Order: sequence, then structure tokens, then C-alpha cells
Amino acid sequence: MCKHYLYSILCISTSLCFKPFRCRSLPAQRKYMRSPPIPEMATQEVQLSETLAHLKTESDTLKGKLEEERAKLHDVELHQVAEKVEGLGQFVMKTRRTLKGHGNKVLCMDWCKDKRRIVSSSQDGKVIVWDAFTTNKEHAVTMPCTWVMACAYAPSGCAVACGGLDNKCSVYPLSLDKNENLAAKKKSVAMHTNYLSACSFTNSDMQVRLSRMGEDTCSSFVTALHHFFDLTELFKVFRHVLHDFMSLQGCDKKANVWDMRSGQCIQSFETHESDINSVRYYPSGDAFASGSDDATCRLYDLRADREVAIYSKESIIFGVSSVDFSLSGRLLFGGYNDYTINVWDVLKGTRVSILFGHENRVSTLRVSPDGTAFCTGSWDHTLRTWA
Amino acid sequence: MTINTLAKGGWHRDQMACFRKMEKVIVAMQDPDMGMKMRNQRLLITVIPHAMTGRDVINWLMQKYNMCEEEALHLGGMLVRYGYIYPLKEPRSLVLRADESPYRFQTPYFWTSTRWPATELDYAIYLAKKNIRKQGELMEYEKERYSVLHKRINHTWDFVVMQAREQLRASKQRRKADRIVLECQEQAYWLINRPPVSLTLSTFRIYFIAHFVCVCVCVCTFCLCLQIEFCRRALGRNRVKSSICLEGFVKYSEQYLSHDPIMQGCLPSNPWISDDTAHWTMNTEVVPIPSRLRVERWSFSFMELLNDAMGRREFMTYLEKEFSAENLCFWQACEDIRHGENSRIVEKVEEVYKNFLAPGAARWVNIDSKTMDKTLKGIQHPHRFVMDDAQMHIYFLMKKDSFPRYLKSDLYKNMLAKAIVPQEVKKSVFPFMRRQRHSSPSPAQAVAQASEEEGRA
Repeated sequence: MCKHYLYSILCISTSLCFKPFRCRSLPAQRKYMRSPPIPEMATQEVQLSETLAHLKTESDTLKGKLEEERAKLHDVELHQVAEKVEGLGQFVMKTRRTLKGHGNKVLCMDWCKDKRRIVSSSQDGKVIVWDAFTTNKEHAVTMPCTWVMACAYAPSGCAVACGGLDNKCSVYPLSLDKNENLAAKKKSVAMHTNYLSACSFTNSDMQVRLSRMGEDTCSSFVTALHHFFDLTELFKVFRHVLHDFMSLQGCDKKANVWDMRSGQCIQSFETHESDINSVRYYPSGDAFASGSDDATCRLYDLRADREVAIYSKESIIFGVSSVDFSLSGRLLFGGYNDYTINVWDVLKGTRVSILFGHENRVSTLRVSPDGTAFCTGSWDHTLRTWA
Repeated sequence: MTINTLAKGGWHRDQMACFRKMEKVIVAMQDPDMGMKMRNQRLLITVIPHAMTGRDVINWLMQKYNMCEEEALHLGGMLVRYGYIYPLKEPRSLVLRADESPYRFQTPYFWTSTRWPATELDYAIYLAKKNIRKQGELMEYEKERYSVLHKRINHTWDFVVMQAREQLRASKQRRKADRIVLECQEQAYWLINRPPVSLTLSTFRIYFIAHFVCVCVCVCTFCLCLQIEFCRRALGRNRVKSSICLEGFVKYSEQYLSHDPIMQGCLPSNPWISDDTAHWTMNTEVVPIPSRLRVERWSFSFMELLNDAMGRREFMTYLEKEFSAENLCFWQACEDIRHGENSRIVEKVEEVYKNFLAPGAARWVNIDSKTMDKTLKGIQHPHRFVMDDAQMHIYFLMKKDSFPRYLKSDLYKNMLAKAIVPQEVKKSVFPFMRRQRHSSPSPAQAVAQASEEEGRA
């Protein structure tokens, strides 16, 4: 695969040396480009491809060894350990609140620490702060761009951060004066090259963690060059004593765990068959779950350094867009692209329930900070709170 | 939310996986032994085989995948929306009805995955055929599109009309039943791929083709090198046996089970269900008497105690009694540095040094010499994480020493005894009586008020 792309890059560069011409049919153009061959470039190409092949074999052997090492300590499966755990009974969850007001697809949402307020952003460029309990809208900000893909509530409850196609993250303090233009007071963090795909606050209002689309870099602390495809989501950091770890997933089917202080990739998992759309830490911080376009959710243990469970069913065909755990970590909620929410028993690996209600794909799902409910945002322009 | 890049061949990656899975279901449905039983469709005098009712489809799905009717209806609905099954009675209504409405399987030739993307030329030929066959048979939206296409691909219009005529001639030579079936299939295909109103079946796509190609090559070698380095490091990692890790999950879930409102409900009631905010009022950050569950939770781990403002306060009171409160103060000050503004890091580090680390400081903390040296060196060039080692040392000191003693202390035991266990309040029996949902003060308001009061004082 690499050779092919290398060749195409060379082709493009050589064409610049020649007179521009009108392309009438493709085969003729190719023939023109191929002759005359330039000797230096030809040998360079051969050398480069040899190094690449050599590196590839070395990388593959090492990967194989790593898998062997991981398998050595795998002495039992999760569902076997969970046999002694009581099964879950009938599960009844309903939509308790429906928040209507967005004019287009809801892309992202976040809870406030007060357990009842949420902020949501949508494709119409609006960021709305709701009191989800009363369904009142408390603040609304119109972003200069549409496609506001990321939003987050500050821990103090006094500000929200959001961003998207405007390539920057803006932090708006929430003013109570209805007449005040919130946009006037915003602070921006410029991103330069690409649009913002996710953001979240750390433990205080002062720091925001950001992730850019299409690049490997993430946030103001970490330069992670390992992912060179899209980083589509960033989620809460679990504080492991004093080091902040963070897990990212990307469109190269890998889920990586990074140390925010050193910028190193500590662990990497590649078992999904398709792009990963969402990752979330298990409440204890020793594991995380991921949801992917291959219609499965998987649980990865960080101490055992392997995938320990797959949550899938033959009848579930559409991909997962977002996942989150209940407070005790016993339940895993997944928002799917077929407009449903599936609830999984994390320990036993079975599906507990399927929830209907949304009329288009579920794009975001978050459990409230005290675990009393969870909220979903969807492409049908609404948000729903379930309990 | 998925933002897809175009994979090889122009297919959209997440779509292809879904199509394959749906096709598996369809193939299973058509299995001669275990598949669905087919019926005949009667159209005046013509009898066309290979039809099935909506009810058949649902029953088959329920039986095969062991699911409830609602889910079978949903899955079947998806199959119709994506064109694998099409309705015969009302072709424009792409819904699966759980009754005697007839449906038929779409031929693989017309599957979305085989013929993606539906080209303009094909659509033009289809509309031309319809037009030629019977003048005025085109619907309003089809007429509009026909004229738009006529303008846009005018240069190949002769080809379009010629193709349409050829196809119509060929179809006249088929049996009537076959002809009807083919017409239905084609119509269904175009209803999916050129719907009257643009129903978004497709995902949102942003094309990063150029990015994909250019970045790939340059980073390839670099990426492989990183990968190799990563594998080498990972091979030296310490791993824990699966049995121990998995037991950990079971234990964690058990421990927190009673704290999980979705699993076990919460007292007095879940506010979202009963519209009563008592649960939240009883569990705000600072309350005169905390709930029992909350106090119990402090004993689960040191982090739980520190994360709860009340817990921290109680712990501080305890440490003051033990004359070791400076540890917690130091820890809090370090947290402030780690998460505070960049502009104030230097001044905060100075403060911490003055109060906790300098020889003879008022609240000197007991750190081992190695860590102290490292920290003092680091203070010369202060940054966000300069206090990390010292903070970690003090954290473990508290965790191993003060925390267990706190849990055994009278202070904690009294708190636990005093803690309230709210009475469960069942949801109101009268369905029409809805509680008033009161709004609560916004956190922003609370902060604004506090600063106002400070200003006045």
C-alpha cells in the first residue's frame, strides 16, 4: 500500500516539471508521466520501499510477540467470573424529559455538576444551556460557525466551552443578565489548523482539554503523534493518583491511552473491526469501554492490558455513536445509529434492554454526575433524559 | 458522531459494514429451509409469486433473533428504509406494517451496496423510460428533476433517450409477471436513492481524500518507527492476571450497587421520575446532616473522601485534632497549582514553598529528603507539575496512615450514626396530578451572589 502512495506522490511532483496540458483521457496522461523515468528518483523509490518493508516486518513480529505476552496471563473470562453475580431483573426506563429547541442535529452535550443542568450544541450553530429538570432554556449562544461539535460545562457551573468548524474553542461565562450579550464576553483559544472535535474541562474552570480533527495533537499538554487519522472524541480524564491519563480513539480502529504529563502513549488496543466513535472510562478507572461502527461495544482492562468483553448481538446492525457507564459500572449504555439505545450488563455481557424514542440517530449520550439519569442527543433535533 | 473518510473504492466505511450485516439477515430470510414462507401477490388477473406479508417478516425476526415485537418492527423497518424489502401496496411509504400488507425482497442487483452511488445518468434513463411509457406518469418532484437533468446533461441526452427506448423494448419481450416485478424493483430502488423529500439516510461526510493521501506517505516510516518503539516498551510492561482484574470489577459493582440510582433507585425518590427534588436538596455539597449512603461512600476509598467537599472538611477537622492538618492543606494547594491559571503558577508555587517547604516554615510537611531535593530544584523553574512528586508522597502518607485511623475514629462513627436515611416516597398515585417543577438557582447565580456579598463586606 505504501509503495502505491509513494509512487503517486512522485508522479504528482514530476508533473510539475512539465508543461501543463489538458487531460483528455486518463490512460494517455499516465503514459505521458511514466516516460522518461528519472534515474535518481527511481533508485530512491526502491530504497525507501525496502526500508518500509523491513520496518513493517519488524513491527508485525513485535506486535505478534506482544499478543502472546498478553495472552499468557489471561486465565478466565469475564462472564465466568460473573456467574456468581445475581442477574438483573426487568428493566424499565423511559424518557422523562424531552428538550426541544434546537433547529438542527444535536451533536454534543454535557452535564453540569449540579446534576440537572446541561449544555448542548448543534449543527445550527447554537449552544443552549438548559435546566433539564424544568426543560427551560437558560442561555443560548449563537456561534459564528455552524457545526458546533463539542461543548462542555465548567466544573463551577459558571461557564461553557464550545467549538467546532471555526477551528477554535471559545469559553463563555454564563451571565444572568438576560440582556447581556454572552458572545461579547467570550474568550477564545485558537486552534490554527483544523476544527475542534471535542473538548472538556479538567478539574477546574481554568483548563480545557481539546482535541483536533485530522491531526494527532490533542490539548495543550499532549502531543501524541501516534494517531495520524481522525481523533473524533475525547472524554473525561480519570485521575489516577496524580497522573492524568486520557484515552483517545481514532478512525484507525485503535484505542490508545496517553499519559497527559509526559505525552507518551502508554497502551494501545486494536481489536475493533471498524472506526471507534466513543470511549469512556469505567468508574474505577481500571478499564474503559469503546463503541464502534462495527456495532459492538468492547471493554478493555488497563491492568490486564487486554480486551475483556464484547457487547454485541447478531440483530444489532448499526454502529454505536457514544457510550457511558452507570454510576456503579454495572450497566453500559450505548447510543446507536439506528435511533435506539441498548443497555448492557457489563459483567454478564448480555443486553438488558433496548430503548426506543428518538427519530434519528443518537449522536451523544452522557450519564448524569450523580447517576440518577442519562441524557441523549440526537439528529432528530431533540435531547431526551431517561430514568 | 462519525466523520468518515472515503475508504478505497469510494465506499463509506461505516455504511458498508451495516449493509453487509443487513444482507446477512436478508439472505437468512430467503433460506429455503429456515427462511420465510412466501405467498403470492394477486394483481387483477396476474399472480406474482415471492411476496410476503409484514406480519410474516416480524414473526420471522422475532423467532430467529429471539426479540420482542417492538424490536422486530424496528429492525424490519430499517430493512425497508434501506431498500432490501419493498412494499407493494404503497410504494412511497417506506414503513413496515405489522399486518397483511405485501412486501417483496429487492434483487441484489438493486442493493444499495452494489450500486452505490446512484448516478445521474441512470436516474435520467429511468425517468425517461417512465415518461415514454405513459405520458404524464411522472410525479411532480420527478418532473422537476427530469427537467433539471435535461438541462444539466443535455450533451448526452440522445444517449439517455436511446437507452430508455432499448430497455423498454427489451422488457416488452418478458413475461408479464416478470415485467411487473422488475418495474417494482426499479421503482423501489429509485424511491430509496432519490427520495421525494430528502430523507437523510446517509451519514454526514467530510471528505479528507487529499489529506489522507498526502499525510499517509510522509508519516508512514515515522509511524512504523513509533509503533516499533511502542511495542518494545509494551513488552516490558507488568501485567496483572485476568482473574484478579475481573474480580475487581465484580467487587466494585457490588460495592457501589446501592449507590447507583438507575440500578437500585434512590431515596426518597428519583427526581426525574417523581418530579420531586428532595434527593438533590439532601445531597447538595454542604448540608447540615449528610445522608447515610454518602458517609458510607467516604469509606470506600481515600479518593472518594477527598472528592466530597463535606468529606474533606470532616477529614480536615480530624487532622487538626491530630496536628497533621498541614498535609491536607499542602495537598489542596498543590491541586490548585495543577489546575489553576497559567499566569498564577509562579506566585502559587512561591506561596507553597513559603508555607510548607521552606526550613522553619509555619506548616512544614514531612517529605523524604530525596523528594524534597527534587522539588526544591524544580521550584527554580516552576511549572504546573513541579509539585507532583511531593504531592504524591503526602497523598500516600495520608492514605496509609491518617485515613484508616479516621475511619476508626469517633468522629467518623458519630457522623455515620447521625446520618439520615430518607424515607422512600412512592410516585404520586393520581396520574393527573403533576408536581410543580421548581427551578433551582443556577450555579452561576450562586457565585455572583457570593462575590456581591464579598464586595459589600
